[in-house]
Amino acid sequence: MIRLEKVTKTFSKGTIDEKVAINGLSLHVEKGDFITVIGSNGAGKTTFLNLTSGTFRPDEGDIFIDGSNVTHLPEHRRAKYLGRIFQDPLMGTAASMTIEENLAMADLRGKRRGLRWGVSKSLREHYRHILSVLELGLETRLKDTVSLLSGGQRQSLTLLMVTLTLPKLLLLDEHTAALDPKTAQRVIGLTKKIVEKNNLTTIMVTHNMQQAIKYGNRMIMLHEGKIQFDIQGEEKAALTVEEVVRRFGAELKDEALLV
Amino acid sequence: MIPIGLFRTIPISLEQGLAYGLVALGIVITFRILAFPDLTVDGSFPLGAAVVSRLIIEGVSPIYGICMAIICGFLAGCCTGLLNTKLKINSLLAGILMMTMLYSVNLRIMGRSNIQLLTVNTLLTPLENLDINRFVPIITFFFIAVFAIKFLTDMFFNTQIGFAMRATGDNEQMIRTLGVNTDHMTIIGIGISNAFVSLSGALVAQDQGFSDVGMGIGMIVAGLASIIIGEALFGKKTVQRMTLAAIVGSIIYKLIISLGLRLGLAPTDLKMATGVMVILALGIPALRKEKEGKLHLRGV
Repeated sequence: MIRLEKVTKTFSKGTIDEKVAINGLSLHVEKGDFITVIGSNGAGKTTFLNLTSGTFRPDEGDIFIDGSNVTHLPEHRRAKYLGRIFQDPLMGTAASMTIEENLAMADLRGKRRGLRWGVSKSLREHYRHILSVLELGLETRLKDTVSLLSGGQRQSLTLLMVTLTLPKLLLLDEHTAALDPKTAQRVIGLTKKIVEKNNLTTIMVTHNMQQAIKYGNRMIMLHEGKIQFDIQGEEKAALTVEEVVRRFGAELKDEALLV
Repeated sequence: MIPIGLFRTIPISLEQGLAYGLVALGIVITFRILAFPDLTVDGSFPLGAAVVSRLIIEGVSPIYGICMAIICGFLAGCCTGLLNTKLKINSLLAGILMMTMLYSVNLRIMGRSNIQLLTVNTLLTPLENLDINRFVPIITFFFIAVFAIKFLTDMFFNTQIGFAMRATGDNEQMIRTLGVNTDHMTIIGIGISNAFVSLSGALVAQDQGFSDVGMGIGMIVAGLASIIIGEALFGKKTVQRMTLAAIVGSIIYKLIISLGLRLGLAPTDLKMATGVMVILALGIPALRKEKEGKLHLRGV
């Protein structure tokens, strides 16, 4: 459903700082896949997500979503296909706007916006209902500005916003890394619940090996801008941290991955 | 002595405060909502005055002249937005460039450095010829016009596009991933802001009976001062409050100024006094190391 073909991205080309971030990477994501992506710092994880979402364009290669070539579509025009959550909980919501206003904006992802009221009475009821799923009490705080929420609440809200109109592909960029362990656990649990319930095709970049092994049906490790390994199905289900270390220990220079 | 002086300055401060209130309203859209420090204002204010004055002395109806002033202001603002988003020129520099170029444009439009309107019929002439104290109809007119625009602005920022524009100023990355072309939002927003400023210029020119190429100097600083005063009273939690703060702030600013003049402040020192006022308001939170008061601005 999503295809990346021989995608290459080099930063600061032709200068002393030249860095090949993604090097001829090809990947075929099937509908319903939940792929976890690991890799040490500088392996190209974030660049991979940025290329997929259109933050910038590849130097070479093509990207297809549902058969149509989106390589040259700017970020805002890929929005109807993609939902993305960033590591920083502040990045997914507009702090000075209210909870219901943020939800209403997310509701129109990739759609035409007009001069109709941003939030109507019926929408408000709808939002109240879906917010109650989070069990954070936000359903009573629709008119509170998002700046009043904690990081975990904001990230939960972002997750709800991204999945309000179901994207063809959900991109999670270490979206629990900036949260305290307990909140992170709750957000990852919520992610699993939403992804499974809607059978969302998902790519989750994570710094946490256990998380990468525990969630999803497929795991990819990036190393120097290439796919180092790609494990799926039963082999993925049976995977343990020890085995990954045994097989790929040499590449796992980054201690943080083993936490 | 002061209470009587204050009392006497109220009508004129109301009149001017309302007329200049649209400048503050425009600055709220750029500085506050879009977080874009737009300096076009010093050029788009006299632009509105120039357009309307030239058209009126050419015999065109004042209403048509005002419409043209609004359109010209909108286009000037859009140009600043284009310089910033398409040519990637720093937002402050883009505004300064437009402001400077508009000086030449305004001289071209007027054909000379100032135009007298005292002997021709303006939009306000029928009101001034009424058989009552001129302040009553004039202030009523400005009050209705300015608050009508305020309510339209509030409504706009509660629509789907309005939300997208507010989010562009708040979190550009987020609203882009939701499919909004933030460049368009920035360009149109600055356009609307300068349309208001230009309209203000057009009304002020007719109110004071002349337009002058230098009448826009210091307009941003005065507008910012108005906003700061207003926000001290109403806060900036919602768009409705911010727009109200701009208008009321503008009236109080004019009141303070005319009071200052009555107490012996030289007119030549006005801009210095206004500047100091803004510096104090923006600077004190920084000295107290408060994060709250810090201006969040994009594209700088």
